[in-house]
Amino acid sequence: MSVLAIARMELLIARRNMWVATSLILMGLFSSVLTLAGGAPTGTLGVDPLLIATTSVTTLSVYLIPLIGLLLSFDAIAGEAERGTLALSLTYPLSRGEILLGKFVAHLMVLGFAVAVGLALTAGLTIWKYSTTDLNYVPLLELFFSALALGAAFLGIGYTVSAKARQTGVASGIVIIIWLVCVVLYDLGLLGALVADDGGTFTKTIFPWLLVANPADAFRLINMPVETVSTLATGLGAAGRASGFGLQLTSLLIWPVLALGLAWAAFRRVEP
Amino acid sequence: MTVLDITNVSKSYGDLHTVCEVSLNLAEGERVALLGHNGAGKTTLMRMVLGLTPVTSGQIRVLGMPPGSRKARAAVGFLPESVAFHGALTGREQLHHFARLKGVKRREADDLLERVGLTHAVNRKIRTYSKGMRQRVGLAQALLGQPRLALLDEPTSGLDPISRHEFYDIVDDLAKGGTAVLLSSHALTELESRTDRIAIMAKGRLLANDSLGALRQAARLPIKVDVRATPDTADDLAARLGGTRINGASVSIEVQQEDKLSLLGRITGLGDVVQDIDVTPASLEELYRYYSVAQQEGK
Ligand SMILES: Nc1ncnc2c1ncn2[C@@H]1O[C@H](COP(=O)(O)OP(=O)(O)O)[C@@H](O)[C@H]1O
Ligand SMILES: [Mg+2]
Repeated sequence: MSVLAIARMELLIARRNMWVATSLILMGLFSSVLTLAGGAPTGTLGVDPLLIATTSVTTLSVYLIPLIGLLLSFDAIAGEAERGTLALSLTYPLSRGEILLGKFVAHLMVLGFAVAVGLALTAGLTIWKYSTTDLNYVPLLELFFSALALGAAFLGIGYTVSAKARQTGVASGIVIIIWLVCVVLYDLGLLGALVADDGGTFTKTIFPWLLVANPADAFRLINMPVETVSTLATGLGAAGRASGFGLQLTSLLIWPVLALGLAWAAFRRVEP
Repeated sequence: MTVLDITNVSKSYGDLHTVCEVSLNLAEGERVALLGHNGAGKTTLMRMVLGLTPVTSGQIRVLGMPPGSRKARAAVGFLPESVAFHGALTGREQLHHFARLKGVKRREADDLLERVGLTHAVNRKIRTYSKGMRQRVGLAQALLGQPRLALLDEPTSGLDPISRHEFYDIVDDLAKGGTAVLLSSHALTELESRTDRIAIMAKGRLLANDSLGALRQAARLPIKVDVRATPDTADDLAARLGGTRINGASVSIEVQQEDKLSLLGRITGLGDVVQDIDVTPASLEELYRYYSVAQQEGK
């Protein structure tokens, strides 16, 4: 009951704060542009045009979904602690777990809605562009659910930071750094190590694990079909595939649970 | 029946002892004012009662239940000293949210918004509210579900005199319904006739805890009697009554409670010379100062 009340309130606030609109515009706009601009010329070697489009959208989502997740969550606990509403909420008969879960449900809905609209636009525009509905929609669904998992992971990370930092200003700085590290610097570092290692033991044994350990990379690997590996934005090539689908999926499923667990542990220690 | 039972409670933050060995009880329908300067430990004491921060030693029971337990929280209403509700919500949305958390009908939330005088503004965003209006939202949420215990931390700060009056009317109604009300304040005058008991805190200690009358008696602060005469008779009057002459035509005399009636008798006996009399018992301010000083000298 309380979870629903919290979720409802958070959804209302997200709507008023324009977070919903911002996420929607980000996902919708970029998905449309990529779908229209990118993609193979019509009739290329029987490659499903929707597959091409989802590949572009995946590349985009790796950046956008962690960003939206962190933006939605960094204020969740620190902001309420600062405003005094956290202390007040905790004098009501509900637990911290319920508060966290309520916020999570609402934020995941915002994120899921934005992704769904982005993907719907991708599908719609592809159908329109190639004048066919005879497409393989499975990658689209895979992209949707893996995006939810990726978003959930970064929501959890954002709540953890929010609970630990206690001040929104500090929390916002930390999540931006986390975002930079996870979606840009981590890959650059791995790439540097790959080049330095030049196909040695690191490349074969440690590297695949390190790559899949980052939820953003696991997400990218899961949604990049083998045929399109060459389009990998970061140039982390076939070596990364060594981890296999099982590990990638495990990483994407463990991260949300782990991050939310951390968030709960951190939140429990917050004295309002 | 005892609603709130605080026994020997202390709270320290490291070396800082913010609440020391405080014992305080509140019965059903009692209105108790917690007085003290800034930093006296009033908010800390309330936070412990709410279970927001643990006690360092001692014990607190709310209706026999540990503070912060779900049942205790369901029975308590709290108005924080400072809270900033989300500006993007309307007053009604905010209160409905709290009603849902407390399992109270939304109808009751609307009634409370009316009770605190916000009817005209319920559909406006809280960001457009004045300080007093925000305080009313806070008060309304503290009243949801007719709590058995209401903790109101500096409830009248930010309210104008008329609003304060209305506020104490609401507190009276609440107490009549059986709610025990503990409210903190450092504005003293307004509390005089509006509370059953006064608890004075300074530097974390509870210095006094009694009805205003009993506190006055124990402190033995003199009662001030002001007699107004005419400019040419004032000096004579001052000599006969043993007071001091103030502002031209008046005489001021200080007496203890037991001498008050005989003095008044003598004044009435003076006949036409006396134009008017004012009798002022020691004010809460004076009492408060007395107990704070007594504490410091006792140390
Ligand atoms: N979280 C905290 N950490 C350290 N000291 C605190 C904390 N909260 C309150 N204090 C200290 O406790 C004392 C009492 O504060 P408070 O209960 O807010 O006083 P009051 O409400 O009577 O003005 C103050 O000296 C304050 O600095
Ligand atoms: Mg205070």
